[in-house]
Amino acid sequence: MSDVALKPAAASPGAVPAPPQKSMAAWAMDVLLWGGLALVLIISFGPVDMDRFGYLFTNTENIRIYGRDLLRPDFSDIGRLIEQMWLTIQIALWGTFLAVFLGIPLGLLAARNIAPNWIVWPVRRLMDLLRSVPDLVMATIFIVAVGLGPLAGVLALTLNTGGVLAKLFSEAVESIDHGPVEGVRATGAQRLHEIVWGVIPQVAPLWTSFALYRFESNSRAATVLGLIGAGGIGQLLFENIQAFDYGQVSAIAIVIVVAVTLIDMLSQAIRKRLL
Amino acid sequence: MTTPNAAASGLVQVRDVSKTYGKRKALDGVSVSVAQGEMVALIGPSGSGKSTLLRSITGLIPIDAGKGTIAIFGETVQSDGRTSRNVRRSRAKLGFIFQQFNLVGRLSLFSNVMLGALGRIPGWQGFLGMWPRADKERAMAALHRVGVADYASQRANTLSGGQQQRGAIARAIVQGAQAILADEPVASLDPVSARKVMELLVELNQRDGLGVIVTLHQVDYAIRYCKRVIALQAGKVVYDGPSSGLDSETLIGIYGPEFEDAFWEEGAKA
Repeated sequence: MSDVALKPAAASPGAVPAPPQKSMAAWAMDVLLWGGLALVLIISFGPVDMDRFGYLFTNTENIRIYGRDLLRPDFSDIGRLIEQMWLTIQIALWGTFLAVFLGIPLGLLAARNIAPNWIVWPVRRLMDLLRSVPDLVMATIFIVAVGLGPLAGVLALTLNTGGVLAKLFSEAVESIDHGPVEGVRATGAQRLHEIVWGVIPQVAPLWTSFALYRFESNSRAATVLGLIGAGGIGQLLFENIQAFDYGQVSAIAIVIVVAVTLIDMLSQAIRKRLL
Repeated sequence: MTTPNAAASGLVQVRDVSKTYGKRKALDGVSVSVAQGEMVALIGPSGSGKSTLLRSITGLIPIDAGKGTIAIFGETVQSDGRTSRNVRRSRAKLGFIFQQFNLVGRLSLFSNVMLGALGRIPGWQGFLGMWPRADKERAMAALHRVGVADYASQRANTLSGGQQQRGAIARAIVQGAQAILADEPVASLDPVSARKVMELLVELNQRDGLGVIVTLHQVDYAIRYCKRVIALQAGKVVYDGPSSGLDSETLIGIYGPEFEDAFWEEGAKA
């Protein structure tokens, strides 16, 4: 028995085969891909004014004046800035919270291992629609419906984030281990029980992580929504840019950077503990 | 030693069942009946259809359309390739033990065992996890009985394979299962845990009178723990009788000339 195992390993006869080579098709694919990218870049050179790139270095005087104002942030109104930043974060918070409740049923219905195909397909198209309509457009629609103010921002974030979360949620569900679900099924449990006890426990940490991540990006998105009158720090930013008050603009930018960084750090810390 | 030939009201009645995957017949006209209270081993080389048969019995796998029928305790589970509408009620009567335990890893061992109550309590209570007090006590009693009560609050995925498999048996006890179907319950375990799990199954069979059908890779385990053995080969029943009737000749017929590979522990049988 043991002398079989001790036989030299290189026992297979014949010449050593040549190392694998890239096929002609693979070469052609590479040329097509990189050549295509180069072509698109060249075509786009003019339309994006790349020829004016040099102004960045010749117009130093204008930049210097602008920069001087920016470097002197005006924190005289800091109380109001923090108040408005807090409002923006609250918009992001409610938008994300409602989006989770939209995302859970949609995410389950869009998972191929949970729902039949005739449900998955229309639900996915609905999710695509929610994701593809930009926040700004969504917010304008809601401004018409509920008036100027934070609620329009909340609802816009809800729909857009709901679409994104539903997609992420459904992908998490599709990658679960089927064994525990079968284990629950074998006890004679109902379909809903299989989801609550077999599926949700498996995806819960990932879902929470996705929701937190979207909260991070929503606190940025909520700032932008302020630009069209959804309230919060963004609205203040826009008003000050229009008034050429760069000291205020600079202070606002600093508040936003600090707040968003803090939220990022907090949410990352939480997510790390979850996974 | 007699091989009981179960009546129609027995534990399991499998009649002329086939199951095809693509072109391969995993089950080919299998007819088997098992009476309540029996302890039966299903053996055969891998790919012989023993797992397919066991999973078809609970309706986890749909069988081919045609004349085949499967009944549990006299109630039809599958016929003509369609799963019965009452399959959940039938499943609730059977405890199923899987090779990979199939506990929900992120739930505590206790919660996993509680899931056994899902088939018995009102749907909304199970949905919210509001387990009745009596069921909680049953769960702890079951965990104590299989010897893992100390780990009740630990997450299932932090436990060893043997502890998880015993938890799965506790889940079947809480379920109030009248019979146990076990699909390779010891194939992923070390020999010590494997023996413990097999002994638990024997105890449930002898003390509580539960019927047990267990698929096994190891012929020596089948002979040691089960009175009756059903052997499958290429989807057909090739032996159905007392385990004492399994001589070398029969085993060569089932496993081929290398049948000794199907023994786990050395020197189990000449």
